[in-house]
Amino acid sequence: MYLVVEQLLNGLQFGLLLFLLAAGLTLVFGIMDFVNLAHGSLYMMGAYFAATFVAWTGSFVLGALLALGATLLLGIALEYVALRHLYGRDHLDQVLATFGLILFFNDAVRLIWGPAGLALPLPVWLTVPVEIIPGVFYPAYRLMIIAVALAVAALLYLVVMRTRVGMLIRAGASNREMIGALGINIKLLFTLVFGLGAALAGLAGLMQAPILTVQIGMGENILILAFVIIVIGGIGSIRGAFMAAIFVGVIDTMGRAFLPDLLRKVLSGAAASTAAPALSSMLIYLLMAIILVVRPEGLFPAAKR
Amino acid sequence: MKKAFWLASAMAVVSALALAQPATAADSIKIGFVSTFSGPTAVIGNDMRNSFELALDHLGRKIDGKPVEVIYEDDQQKPDVGKQKTEKLVQSDKVDFIVGYIWSNVLLASLKTAADSKTFLISANAGPSQLAGELCSPYTFSTSWQNDQTPAAMGLYMNQKGVKSVFLIGPNYAAGKDMLAGLKSTFKGEVVGEEYTVWPSQLDFSAELSKARNSKAESIFVFYPGAAGVQFLNQYAQAGIKAQIPLYTAFTVDELSLPLQKDNAIGIPGAQEWVNDLPNAENKKFVEDYRKKYTGLRPTYYGAQAYDAAQLINSAVVAVKGDLTKKDEMKAEMEKANFKSLRGPFKYGSNHIPIQNFYLQDVVKDADGALSLKTVATIVKDDQDRFHDKCSMK
Repeated sequence: MYLVVEQLLNGLQFGLLLFLLAAGLTLVFGIMDFVNLAHGSLYMMGAYFAATFVAWTGSFVLGALLALGATLLLGIALEYVALRHLYGRDHLDQVLATFGLILFFNDAVRLIWGPAGLALPLPVWLTVPVEIIPGVFYPAYRLMIIAVALAVAALLYLVVMRTRVGMLIRAGASNREMIGALGINIKLLFTLVFGLGAALAGLAGLMQAPILTVQIGMGENILILAFVIIVIGGIGSIRGAFMAAIFVGVIDTMGRAFLPDLLRKVLSGAAASTAAPALSSMLIYLLMAIILVVRPEGLFPAAKR
Repeated sequence: MKKAFWLASAMAVVSALALAQPATAADSIKIGFVSTFSGPTAVIGNDMRNSFELALDHLGRKIDGKPVEVIYEDDQQKPDVGKQKTEKLVQSDKVDFIVGYIWSNVLLASLKTAADSKTFLISANAGPSQLAGELCSPYTFSTSWQNDQTPAAMGLYMNQKGVKSVFLIGPNYAAGKDMLAGLKSTFKGEVVGEEYTVWPSQLDFSAELSKARNSKAESIFVFYPGAAGVQFLNQYAQAGIKAQIPLYTAFTVDELSLPLQKDNAIGIPGAQEWVNDLPNAENKKFVEDYRKKYTGLRPTYYGAQAYDAAQLINSAVVAVKGDLTKKDEMKAEMEKANFKSLRGPFKYGSNHIPIQNFYLQDVVKDADGALSLKTVATIVKDDQDRFHDKCSMK
């Protein structure tokens, strides 16, 4: 029973982290109709910035905040210099150009930080396990990820649903041309949204960094999951991204945790151990396929025109 | 006047090109080197290349008086790419030897191409069970080990320590399965759980660690090479399991991962056939020269094995006095392992896999205050892999 609780927490933590990545992606894709494969590179840059700033300042929190700012600025600069010229083009051009950016960022990182990767050590107060219910210990840092991501999700919800900028963002997601015609500075809005997306990706990257390693190409595998999430959740919908990310995180973790034991009941031990990881990594794609058949718009599509 | 100047410079360019041409195949030794030079595990490929280059330096950049041409190819850690690169080296470059291969699944995909063309292939790392058994070939040698050997040595050490039960975690590919099977082949206690993770994409082991803790196993054994080893140790320490359940490893803590694992690696034992402090003269020279040539870096067993591969090639070419058509004689010479290996002397089994010692290594702070690995004990002497009976060569 305790194991189920612990695995649910693992799934929730993974899902919330994916949400941070997917939120930026879905905003950019939904509002600007722009396919940004380089979103994973911003995630990587967030981690590299954090590793560098934490080493400079000697403080984890300060370093993380600086890294967040740096990723925001990088996102804005990237949009201003390169991406805004691609909005009018079709998706294939955007995919090609942003794929080029992935290569650019990977090699830039190799030049600046070297090929070996960096470590981002945690402060001591985050490395202790916490007893959440008697007998169940959970890493303090993973609890912090859950708390921070939930806070960010709530903040994002307030900004998008309760503020004027949020209203413009929602309007942009529903009908781009119309809000341009109403005299809204759509270019500025796009830059802001892109910067926000970049900062969220950077936050995901820097929070994931102490668990994993900071290394070249770290954003590429996880980006695929982020795309799955925005497809399941509905393109352009923050609420959809949130729900889908938690689904995907929990299903992926629970699959990994319990599928091997279930399979062992029907298959021989060796076959089950081999098949289970493959099957559990397929689960989320199965979910995506089913959603695409049943609700092609996604679970929570953004309000339409 | 002007025309004459252009003509002269054109001739200069052409002659420079002619000079820059590599020596033709007939009078040079051509070696193909397949390893991973891009992506997160490129550091391993670089270490192998560095060590191979150092071996060539030590040989005076010549083998039996002939210049050596090495063609490095990047397998991107993917079996299909590794196979293509092997085909290219065999079919269009027509290399005399192929060396390298970090990953068992990449090697398994590439083996047939090399063996069918009767090109000598020397695995400087990967040691899938099939290579030692049913897929053994007269033209295939290893300067590393068969995958099961290292974890099997770790199992013996755990028996010595009186460990009663273990939870196994490893990646779901050829080597991961061999490694866990290897541990089970010698470990006398109970195996309470066995988890495989998606390789190489899964980097978060929270689900597996939770299960390990709940299994109440007395110990955990893992095999996570490269960056995955860093990630596993991070998460193992952060979850507080390090204070509860001791960890035993194979190929998880090395000189490439240590700078990132830092204190998390202290107290984590590993088994290995080569450790940087092995006392033979060749090894001392290798470690010293490596650290001199590549400042800031330290060699690993991957590199030591690549270094040995260069020495093995040298022994074969010298034995036939540079006549590379005498393949049977070269094979016979290589079977003698007639060179000074960095791990100390070893013999080849009939399947061309080393029969060798395995050591217990521990993480210590060295004189510079940096973390490094140290030999603590010899776990097993002259260990032969358990698949040699399945090999048709006797």
